[in-house]
Amino acid sequence: MAIVLDAVVQLGQLLVVLLLAPLLTGYVRMVKARLLRRQGPPLVQPYRDLLRLLRKEVVLAHSASWLFRVAPYLIFATTWVAAALVPTFAAGLVFSYAADMIAIVALLGSARFMLALAGLDVGTSFGGIGSSREMMIASLAEPAMLMVVFTLSLLAGSTQLSSIAVFMQGPVGLRVSLALALVGLVMVAIAENARIPIDNPATHLELTMVHEAMILEYSGRHLALIEAASYLKLLLYLSVIACVFVPWGIAVSGQGFAAYLIGLTLYLVKLSGGGLLLAVFETAIAKMRVFRVPDFLGAALMLGLLATLLLFVSRVA
Amino acid sequence: MNSLRETILAGELIEAHRPWPRAVVSRELWQRAAERLHAGEWALLGLWGEPEFAHLAVIERHTNECAVLSFACEQQRFPSIGRSHAPAIRLERALRDLVGLEPEGLADLRPWLDHGKWGTRHRLEQGAAVSAATHGYPFLPAAGDSLHQVPVGPVHAGIIEPGHFRFTASGETVVRLEERLGYAHRGIETLMAGAPLERAARLAGRLSGDSTVACALAFAQAVEAALAVQVPPRAVWVRALLAELERLANHLGDIGAICNDAAFGLMHAQCGLLREHTLRAAESCFGHRLMMDRVVPGGLGCDLPGDGEQLLVALVALVRSRFPELVELYDNTASLQDRTVGTGYLAPALAQQFACGGYVGRASGRNFDARCTPGYAPYDRLRFEVPVLEEGDVNARVWIRIREIEQSLSLIEEILPQVPPGAICAPVATQAATGIAREGMALTEGFRGDILAWLRIAADGKIERCHLRDPSWFQWPVLEAAIEGNILADFPLCNKSFNCSYAGHDL
Repeated sequence: MAIVLDAVVQLGQLLVVLLLAPLLTGYVRMVKARLLRRQGPPLVQPYRDLLRLLRKEVVLAHSASWLFRVAPYLIFATTWVAAALVPTFAAGLVFSYAADMIAIVALLGSARFMLALAGLDVGTSFGGIGSSREMMIASLAEPAMLMVVFTLSLLAGSTQLSSIAVFMQGPVGLRVSLALALVGLVMVAIAENARIPIDNPATHLELTMVHEAMILEYSGRHLALIEAASYLKLLLYLSVIACVFVPWGIAVSGQGFAAYLIGLTLYLVKLSGGGLLLAVFETAIAKMRVFRVPDFLGAALMLGLLATLLLFVSRVA
Repeated sequence: MNSLRETILAGELIEAHRPWPRAVVSRELWQRAAERLHAGEWALLGLWGEPEFAHLAVIERHTNECAVLSFACEQQRFPSIGRSHAPAIRLERALRDLVGLEPEGLADLRPWLDHGKWGTRHRLEQGAAVSAATHGYPFLPAAGDSLHQVPVGPVHAGIIEPGHFRFTASGETVVRLEERLGYAHRGIETLMAGAPLERAARLAGRLSGDSTVACALAFAQAVEAALAVQVPPRAVWVRALLAELERLANHLGDIGAICNDAAFGLMHAQCGLLREHTLRAAESCFGHRLMMDRVVPGGLGCDLPGDGEQLLVALVALVRSRFPELVELYDNTASLQDRTVGTGYLAPALAQQFACGGYVGRASGRNFDARCTPGYAPYDRLRFEVPVLEEGDVNARVWIRIREIEQSLSLIEEILPQVPPGAICAPVATQAATGIAREGMALTEGFRGDILAWLRIAADGKIERCHLRDPSWFQWPVLEAAIEGNILADFPLCNKSFNCSYAGHDL
């Protein structure tokens, strides 16, 4: 019976992330617009955008290969699975054994690989520029992310997010390593989600784009899938940060329906808090030069490294 | 025989040309003019032509005297100025497309405005032969290891004017940029030929929508000079008011847009708000947000209403109260400064050579403002400063705009109490049909820089030939130089800081 319930909750989790992701993006956009004293589009605009794109016909470039057509489905699938693995409102789900942070990093890495290939596939100069920039960013963001993962796994004794979340709910105490890891993770999240100051998700300037440059040639349902994947990715990173650093309220298997409800409510609160902070941060800063990105992510990598080292040092002592 | 005055005296002076002299000069004098331009003693103001003549407008740097030199073409050929003075190259290529005069010795004979879509060879002449420019446009080559080309435009991802940019880059670094313009060509000069004054004035106001007041003012002043019309004092003062309002609105919009290209939306939103207030004040006072068709030959198309002064005082107070905070925000946002400082450096020598007007020239040490030199009423009776910086980067161009906004605000305050009562328009149409052809020219300061207008009014009072030269003609070429060595992703920022007009350039 418990397994059936866990399966239902796992299914719910899959749907929750998919349904909430556009809302989160809409919310961040709305807050940003309000900060600029604009009305902004309604919260549900991303849903409408997806529906509109799904209904539209796909325009394919002459030079597009099968890869270009397959990539959106793979990108969407891998990102969705990755997002569904992160404990959002409940830990210890059916797939928890697979909710390994390294697996999530690998899933996202695969999605990015597909996207970069798709960007190169059509052979336009913008796609090439976007892919090369994306790879430069990724080559720095992934090691930083892994260092953060190592820090957390050293502390919790596991790379499974469920275990980490449960561990963090317990008495952890204040640790310098955790603070460093949090800052590192936030920086990686900003870079990975193509947010200001690394990339501007709202730009129309072809020459400055990173993520948008790779998907310039996409249209219709392909574009809808890629957009949905990027909504999911933002949700995923916020969820990881919430699950590791503010794990309170995450329901553990067998706590009953009420616990799940509380977990869900608190999850929504955490998301809105994170989205608010993101919007404020993005409003207060200009985009950096492409060649400053290594400095930014280098700092994230150093923070992750420092966090791991400090843990070792404190253990020896 | 070096000075401009001596050159003019040596030529055959045209009596009907006002206010500055025009003379038909010999081949020798024409070529010497090219040398003077090359040596930097004169600055190029414009180069245009008619089927029989090529005209060259220059200003002498140390005396600030203006003049037009004309060369009587034999077999539609004239000695190229662009061969020794690069700023003239695009003007000569355009002249070749529009009129069909051949610049002798010009190396670059690719068509410029003519994209092979006109269905006729020379636009102004309406020749029968079909354009030669039907096949591909060869871009200038760049040689080196692992260079790649990035074509951008003419259709852009954003809603902006059309223009093609061909980048040759080594990785992210721009090795060469070549512009291809002419997509916004509307044939304004062709439409002007034969148009009555009223229609021509409307056309002049549509050269470039954002500087409609300055363009219309240049045209109106040229007409008034040609016909020796005395503009009523009230019109003179209110015109300056219109011009400063336009400058204010555009600079506010530009500062916000430059910051927005660095993804700093906050400045864009706040500056956009102030710009909107300015445009609304303009609408309340003059019935049109951009004040289009408000400046007409002879005076004004509409008067400053009774409550206009009050509205404009309130506007100045509003901008004064909010703008300093925005300047502080701009100056104190490190991430934004990191983008603008040092980006898109334009060397002062280049700004001098190309005689770049407006903020482009002034940010690179060129102290030129058509309101002071050669100057026109009522600015001779107003106190204002022309800000000049030496840095030549995006940041300097932003700061020139900030300083000019402050100057425009004080100018509006200074002008308002001095606007005299009286008529707003002198009759022009009745004086136009004088039975003899008359010529006039004017140089006015738009927000981008100096706008040249030259025209000839035929004996029947209609425009025979009118040439308008937008400041962008001398700013587009130096943008190519300013972006070299920068990274591709910085081009939009650089381009916005120049904010050249596509429409004004493409005519």
